[in-house]
Amino acid sequence: MTPALISYTHVSKRFGGGAVTAVNDVSLDVGTGEFLAVVGGSGSGKTTLLRLANRLIDADQGTITVEGEDVRALDPVGLRRRIGYVFQSGGLFPHLSVGDNIGVTPRLLGTRPSEIATRVDELLALVRLDGGGYRNRLPHELSGGQRQRVGVARALAAKPRIVLMDEPFGALDPLTRDALGEDYRALHKKLALTTVMITHDMTEALLLADRIAVMGGAKLLAQGTPAELSESREPYVLELMRTPRRQAERLNALLPGAGPP
Amino acid sequence: MSLLSDPRLAEAAGHLPDYLGNHLRVSLAALALGLAVSMPLAILARNRPVLRGALLAVASIVQTVPGLALLALFYPLLLALASLTLSWFGFDFSAFGFLPAMLALALYSMLPVLRNTITGLNGIDPALIEAAQGVGMTERQSLVSVELPLALPVIMAGIRTASVWVIGTATLSTPIGQTSLGNYIFAGLQTQNWVFVLFGCVAAAALALIVDQLLALLESGLALRRRVRAGLGGAGIAALVAAALVPALARTPSSYVVGAKTFTEQYVLAALITERLQAADLQATTRAGLGSSVIYEALASGDVDLYVDYSGTLWLNQFHQTSIEPREKLLTDLKALLAKQDITLFGTLGFENAYALVMPKKRAEALGIHSIADLVAHAPTLSIAGDYEFFSRPEWAALRKAYGLSFRMQRQMQPDFMYAAVASGDVDVIAGYTSDGLIAKYDLVTLDDPKQAIPPYDALLLLAPKRAQDEKLKAALKPLLDRIDIATMREANLRASGNDADSSPASVARWLWQKIGEH
Repeated sequence: MTPALISYTHVSKRFGGGAVTAVNDVSLDVGTGEFLAVVGGSGSGKTTLLRLANRLIDADQGTITVEGEDVRALDPVGLRRRIGYVFQSGGLFPHLSVGDNIGVTPRLLGTRPSEIATRVDELLALVRLDGGGYRNRLPHELSGGQRQRVGVARALAAKPRIVLMDEPFGALDPLTRDALGEDYRALHKKLALTTVMITHDMTEALLLADRIAVMGGAKLLAQGTPAELSESREPYVLELMRTPRRQAERLNALLPGAGPP
Repeated sequence: MSLLSDPRLAEAAGHLPDYLGNHLRVSLAALALGLAVSMPLAILARNRPVLRGALLAVASIVQTVPGLALLALFYPLLLALASLTLSWFGFDFSAFGFLPAMLALALYSMLPVLRNTITGLNGIDPALIEAAQGVGMTERQSLVSVELPLALPVIMAGIRTASVWVIGTATLSTPIGQTSLGNYIFAGLQTQNWVFVLFGCVAAAALALIVDQLLALLESGLALRRRVRAGLGGAGIAALVAAALVPALARTPSSYVVGAKTFTEQYVLAALITERLQAADLQATTRAGLGSSVIYEALASGDVDLYVDYSGTLWLNQFHQTSIEPREKLLTDLKALLAKQDITLFGTLGFENAYALVMPKKRAEALGIHSIADLVAHAPTLSIAGDYEFFSRPEWAALRKAYGLSFRMQRQMQPDFMYAAVASGDVDVIAGYTSDGLIAKYDLVTLDDPKQAIPPYDALLLLAPKRAQDEKLKAALKPLLDRIDIATMREANLRASGNDADSSPASVARWLWQKIGEH
């Protein structure tokens, strides 16, 4: 395996004065250039796990390193500017234009305005929003899919090596979701990114990720390639793995001729 | 005669630059101070529930204090503070006019700004604050470029409410010596000059509307990212600020300030004195509508250069004397008391404006009442009305003590309405003023005071300490001394309480000067 870019070692996090355990003794490595999907139900701790990486949340126990450095030794603001983050349903600032939203992190880093403008155009092309004058529009003038494309462009603006994605495509219609997923996968490869994506949808994880980590009850239940996961002895993991295939078989039966011959 | 050709309208318009400029100045200063204090407080309090609760509670309590009372409270407060700084640090400041008015109004403006800023900031979608953190903003950057812009509509609504309140309430700052559009209203109410009252109300309302609309323009321009619109709103407000500042820079501090209390006679006499000073080539302005205790302190501290007071008022209220002395003796003693505070008793004007119990002549005759002593037996079935201060004044206590008076009911009234009320029988007896012209007009009679419970009230000209040796001023005032008898003053007061074009204090003052000039 390539060297780990993000590494969790025996990490735990509790909320509410210790009453609720969100992450329980998780150890996990994300390799350079890897696309890791973290799959789990609501309350499984997957979002907490993601936020520990850029210190939106600080761990109670264990060690997290990013690019070899212990995150506790890093300034959280600087760390966040180094890591792209795509929020659930976009998280775009409604009072800023698309261009200003995309340029926000470079601006915080002190990049010159002319450079930011060029970068914004590049990014709009990258997420296929070039043409049509999107740059000066406000977020509420865009469709859900377009907003999420802007969200991805914003995350990439400061040329991060790492992108964290919190259920980025969850709220989109299936067609848009599929297209956006494919497009992002291509960007991941083209820009040599390391991506950690949270999703509750195993099908999405299987289609996009190199490796999958399964969270349940605050614990890391399993991790591995799709092939490795199908051999897991965890009943929950097996159930998760079987569901997409079962659904596909049912669809084939319902729609003769639609599936493979 | 139509309103538009009424000379009082032209007179009112003539005061507009002064009144409006001062009104604008104190309002904008108060708003600026209020904003400068409440915005940081609101930002500090938004994540601190205890501080937030305390701030809003205090601001709400301040809001329940009536505007007039809040303004009035700041005067003695600052006066005490000024004497403290004088004894501790060797300097004092003027507790008169601008400072107390601005501070009270600033306090008044805080609640809507605090409440709306806190509400606006707390109403922001937490996901957006998280997004701001996620893209690498510091707390301050998140506040400035995400939270405040998003809360802007709610914050601006608060600022607009505050500005309308402040501009409206600033009309009440006249009695503590701050010139404002309220000067029209206070003077108009006292002298029954409804053109003035209307003019003041319309001007204050128009100013409030204009500022509100400019702020609305600025707000919508910012929210909709229309530079021109925001620019127009901003430029309008900047123009108002500039307009408010220009006369302040150009003001000549060397002019004499003639003070007047809040009743008709004082307006007329102040107008007369101002005119006399101007006739002697001395710069003079009138500060009318000042509270009784405010005006004396203002004279002592030099904010007012001269005004007319009454011997009995000073004797009882200012120096808290309990003995009632004969007229000449009281004047001599008073002069000595005033001299201790470096105030010059320049002389008497010739008439007395005493409190007196007043009844309709026919009613008094029917009941066989000639003096207060005769009234005692009837009093338990009668009602009495007085001005806002009479029943808390020592004269009232002295009257009740000397005669054992006890009425069925007592009411407080606007002085100019008392006479009509007693004439129409709404009340049976009033505590009126002996120089009031309405006594003759309504065929009323003043009851004798055989036990001399009420002291003499000679009208006196008082000069501020810094004017003690001002011979030019004294020469200009000399022709007024001992020239105005009670009948003349009553007639002047009656003229001034009319509601026609010749009833403005300035025109009555001109009439009065002609009248006493003939002697």
